[in-house]
Amino acid sequence: MRSLTRSLTVSPGLTIGLLMVMVWVVTAAFAPWVAPHEPTAMGVGPQTAAPSWGYWFGTDQYGRDILSRVIYGGRYVLAIAPASTLLGLILGTLIGLLAAYGRGWLDEVIMRLLDAIMAFPIVVLALLALTVLGSSTLNVILVIGLVFAPLIARTARSAALTEVRKEYVEAARLRGEGHWYVMVMEVAPNIRGPLMVEATIRLGYAVFTSATLGFLGLGVQPPAPDWGVMVSSSRSLLTTAPWAVLAPALAIAAVVIGFSLIADGLRDREQQ
Amino acid sequence: MTTPLLTFNALSIAFRRRGEWRTAVRDVSLSVQPGETVGLVGESGCGKSTLAMAGLGYLPDNARILAGEISLTGESLATMSPARLQQRRGDTIAAVYQNPATALNPALTIGRQISEIFEYQKGLTARAAMTAAKAMLEQVRIANPEQLLRAYPYQISGGMQQRVVIAMALAGEPDLLVLDEPTTALDASIQADVLALFDDLRRDLGVAMLLISHDLGVVRAVCDRAAVMYAGEIVETAPVSELFAQPKHPYTASLIDCIPTGHTHWSHERLASIPGYPPALGERGAGCAFAPRCPVARAACQQQPVALAWLNNSHASRCLFPEDTAAPGGNRPPATPGRPAGERVLESDDLVVGYKGVRVLDGVTLDVRAGETLALVGESGSGKSTLARALTGLTVPDAGSVRLDGTALPGAQRKRVQSTRRALQMVFQSPENTLNASHRIGPALGRAIRELGGLGYRAARALVPERLAQVALEADTANRRPAQLSGGQRQRVAIARAFAGDPKAVILDEPTSALDVSVQAAVLDLLIDLQQRRGTAYLFISHDLAVVRYIADRVAVLFLGRIMEVGPVERIFSGVRHPYTAELLAAIPDWAQDHPSTQAAPVMTGARDRPTGCPYASRCAYVMPQCANEPPPVREPAPGQQIHCHLPINELPGSLYE
Amino acid sequence: MLRYTLRRLGMLGVTLLVASVLIFLITAVLPGDIGRIILGPFAEESAVRALNESLGLNDPLVWRYFDWIAGVLQGDWGQSMSLNTPVLPLALERFSRSLALAALAVAMLLPLAIGAGVAAGRRPGGPLDRVLSVVGLGLGAMPEFVTGVLLIVVLGLGLDWFPVQATTPADGSVWAVIHGLMLPALCLVLLLFAYLFRMTRSGMLSALEADYTRTARLKGLPERLVLRRHVLRNALLPTVTVMGAQLGWLVGGLVVVESLFRYPGIGSLLHNAATNKDIPLLAGCTLLVTAVFSLANLAADLVYALLNPRVRDALAD
Ligand SMILES: Nc1ncnc2c1ncn2[C@@H]1O[C@H](COP(=O)(O)OP(=O)(O)OP(=O)(O)O)[C@@H](O)[C@H]1O
Ligand code: SF4
Ligand code: SF4
Ligand SMILES: [Mg+2]
Repeated sequence: MRSLTRSLTVSPGLTIGLLMVMVWVVTAAFAPWVAPHEPTAMGVGPQTAAPSWGYWFGTDQYGRDILSRVIYGGRYVLAIAPASTLLGLILGTLIGLLAAYGRGWLDEVIMRLLDAIMAFPIVVLALLALTVLGSSTLNVILVIGLVFAPLIARTARSAALTEVRKEYVEAARLRGEGHWYVMVMEVAPNIRGPLMVEATIRLGYAVFTSATLGFLGLGVQPPAPDWGVMVSSSRSLLTTAPWAVLAPALAIAAVVIGFSLIADGLRDREQQ
Repeated sequence: MTTPLLTFNALSIAFRRRGEWRTAVRDVSLSVQPGETVGLVGESGCGKSTLAMAGLGYLPDNARILAGEISLTGESLATMSPARLQQRRGDTIAAVYQNPATALNPALTIGRQISEIFEYQKGLTARAAMTAAKAMLEQVRIANPEQLLRAYPYQISGGMQQRVVIAMALAGEPDLLVLDEPTTALDASIQADVLALFDDLRRDLGVAMLLISHDLGVVRAVCDRAAVMYAGEIVETAPVSELFAQPKHPYTASLIDCIPTGHTHWSHERLASIPGYPPALGERGAGCAFAPRCPVARAACQQQPVALAWLNNSHASRCLFPEDTAAPGGNRPPATPGRPAGERVLESDDLVVGYKGVRVLDGVTLDVRAGETLALVGESGSGKSTLARALTGLTVPDAGSVRLDGTALPGAQRKRVQSTRRALQMVFQSPENTLNASHRIGPALGRAIRELGGLGYRAARALVPERLAQVALEADTANRRPAQLSGGQRQRVAIARAFAGDPKAVILDEPTSALDVSVQAAVLDLLIDLQQRRGTAYLFISHDLAVVRYIADRVAVLFLGRIMEVGPVERIFSGVRHPYTAELLAAIPDWAQDHPSTQAAPVMTGARDRPTGCPYASRCAYVMPQCANEPPPVREPAPGQQIHCHLPINELPGSLYE
Repeated sequence: MLRYTLRRLGMLGVTLLVASVLIFLITAVLPGDIGRIILGPFAEESAVRALNESLGLNDPLVWRYFDWIAGVLQGDWGQSMSLNTPVLPLALERFSRSLALAALAVAMLLPLAIGAGVAAGRRPGGPLDRVLSVVGLGLGAMPEFVTGVLLIVVLGLGLDWFPVQATTPADGSVWAVIHGLMLPALCLVLLLFAYLFRMTRSGMLSALEADYTRTARLKGLPERLVLRRHVLRNALLPTVTVMGAQLGWLVGGLVVVESLFRYPGIGSLLHNAATNKDIPLLAGCTLLVTAVFSLANLAADLVYALLNPRVRDALAD
């Protein structure tokens, strides 16, 4: 805890990043109390009204309050991104550890399989899988988690490779510790640092990817106030009501920037 | 009097760390005259490299000169323009550093990296510059420079890389070379070779040198004058002969007494050790920095900073009571006789380990007895660590057997039983990696006691303070993490871990080679005490023959995976010996009186192209026609000594014992 | 180098094989009842069964895979269900258009991102570095559909510099083509700029701190030469390694950007196939894109090996 407070004061980027993300987390969590209107209720205001004291971010073509929609929209992004990253993190760490610790043919087979999965451009793979599986929030989480797993596995493997060569691992083998003990109790705690950094980077990309899928119509489905969906459905209003597009767009940017500031801060702390 | 090439005048340097300025170099005054070789010695972190980089005008961004001045041939660095500084680097002052592998650009050929100096400093054409580069390589005694010019750095050995770096340093014909630990990363015989090269350069080119080293032996062998640093200060400076004959600062005296001489066994002369640790950066008391550890400290020492005082016109000391400094050997505790060796504990029989079709170990037969230390020596790549791994089952041997107390063990670690693991343990080389960085010492040691001692969780944890005390660590070490311990402390924890189940045999793979000499002395002491109390058998792997002479009862010499010679330590060091052992001994810096006149660098033959007969044949100075094809017979010049060589006993190098 | 290339080609073969199996499994097995999907929920059960039979969907899995891959290798990539035309010619034609767009984007991207990275890494913490880093951070956080929308508003509609609908006039000059593709290409540049910039910058930082750079400076070489010969070359190596992977993002970006600018490339084709649940077309496009992406990765690796003698040697044997 002390080290956390210290790094917060030492690294302003980390602090700003955390604040930027926390704002969205808090408003999304307390959306029913914070948001002035129902997110999907039509005609709560005039159509395409410009931002004003009554409608801070204006309204869209159906007269829905954009502020409320953006606040509720945070719920999708902030549920999908952490859940899919967590899934990718767990899978990726296990695979990476197994490859690094197993070495030899096991490593080779795992890496070739991961290579094959990474041979797909991420969005294309997600597109393919969601088309086949059908788009639901759960499927979006699964698909993003699965396409991120190989990337995280690569990081986990390369961090673990330097660890398994260290002498404390041999010392553990010399006192007869089993494979699982060595992997989970000895090696895993030492790759926590790079994995945390990688996970934070992935969080940003997960926000990005889920918004993109929403925009393409393969993620969360309208009329849900997902940010990607909002940009997509209001883009024809660009010239008449640019706020309808800008509000969700800037929300995405803010969260992604927040996560990348956190990742940078964590990485700096790692390297000290 | 001539102008000194490099002068530090009352120089103090601080680093900014976590927002605080901490002084790393304090009040240093030192100069190097033309043609002179000055040594700078001290333990790690005392500020040697910082001083060297300051002399080159290349301090890192977070460093600041607090006071004092640096000048090159009378010209102050502080007022020099960048262009002028760039010109002086190369033509007045040049540098060689510890790690040649990273000092060379991995993406350019050697030729390119040397010739560019001639192109840009001397304005030569590309072709002329390349010719000059070739000449430069010849000057550093490289046999076939053409081939080397086209090579990339990673394609050549460490010794070669260091020669290339030296050639680059010499290319601008500098008057002064700054050498920061230039041989520390090299094997002993290559180190001797590079040191001999420095000697030649000094004689032929008259270039002055500032040689930085933690190794007093190297400084003694090469330098005219030496300065000893402690905690950022120069504590003593004197001509080398005077310094070693009668130091005038207690730190110097203790340091000298920590170093194994290479002449005696511990049962005849024990090493000194310095209690405590040097102060952390920027955390020293008001008085003499050495006071907390000084054997002759008095109340007066604590009160105010001590100044460097000249005792005569060439000898200065930063001590209030320089005359109280002990004579060499005066800090060494009395020696006690060792216990006799017992039964055979650990044996290997015709052990073979192959790697990618090459026999890294080629039929190694050894035995270690209870209470005895067998040292295993050999250059890097000879298979020392592979042998350790094969004995412990971390590597499964391809053939041959390992026996413990006369019982053959399964080859693989997995298949061995827990009582075997308890009885055969290992201590590793690197203090950085030997402990798990994310486990606190207490739980880590507790786990080892539990697994190896067969105890329950509580009983094991209860034993931790006692085990820490046995390796002279305080009980509160248990709550710390490895990052909060020094290298020596970590190595003590690793020793406690290996002794957790009262082992019969312990394999020590270079346990002290990464430690400073004073810490090394203390760790060796600890190992000797543990062995004397418990009768443990040690297989002690080392490339440092002076340490081997000090700790070993018997020595085995390994070359390209084969044992060349085994015998009692005093026989090998003073009797007749195998030609390869003779080469190793000649490489100890102050062992050979005069340097083996620059012999061609030993050709590093890999295990791949080993002759069918004697593996040493391609390098041996005594080689005979039958050597390459016929396996050498065993010669027994003395009981217990076996030499594998075709030479008859009376023609072997060394003198017959007594 | 030849042995390395061959080895790397072998690895590519394995990768593509596994990837093709994956595509097959996802498109042919995961959906379950294909006949039902094609005919919709209200079709007769018997009609579904007949369609499945005629499509060969009742054969064993391995058999179906080999059947499919044999067809693929002979140029029979199946029939698009929504457009009712063979997949391969269509995909190739669209792909060539995407290539033009991607080439324009990369041609603008490389000098920009690498130049900015070098300039920023040269003086870390300096004003230029700070400005560029903030710009990079901001751009890196904007999904391409956001930047695309902004570009349309500002450069397309506001200033009217470039057409909003990406077009390639059949008889136009090179400049006309570039002009037509400018907005989507810029959008791709903005998408990829941040990452490439950051890689180059951090490559610069570590090369500037490396021991060999210290050696070069202490040799007394002029700073310009130190930078050009010793720093730059090593600094760009990590950038080259990520270049291949970045092309993956580029393809992902194409899907969005082409849809946004209504450009008939492989990206919008993929998107349409997904929206229409046209599985054969989707599988074909994915296969094509994956193969090209893998080839690009291979090319990046080869360039890396060419620049880095050590890798070249180590991987040869
Ligand atoms: N760039 C830096 N920033 C902060 N502290 C530094 C830096 N460089 C060195 N130090 C600190 O300054 C002190 C002197 O370091 P220096 O490298 O000069 O010692 P040294 O005698 O060369 O040690 P070694 O024998 O380990 O090479 C050490 O405590 C070190 O940790
Ligand atoms: S000044 Fe005092 S404490 Fe310091 S070295 Fe001399 S005697 Fe020891
Ligand atoms: S056997 Fe021959 S080559 Fe080998 S050490 Fe003896 S003399 Fe030298
Ligand atoms: Mg140093």
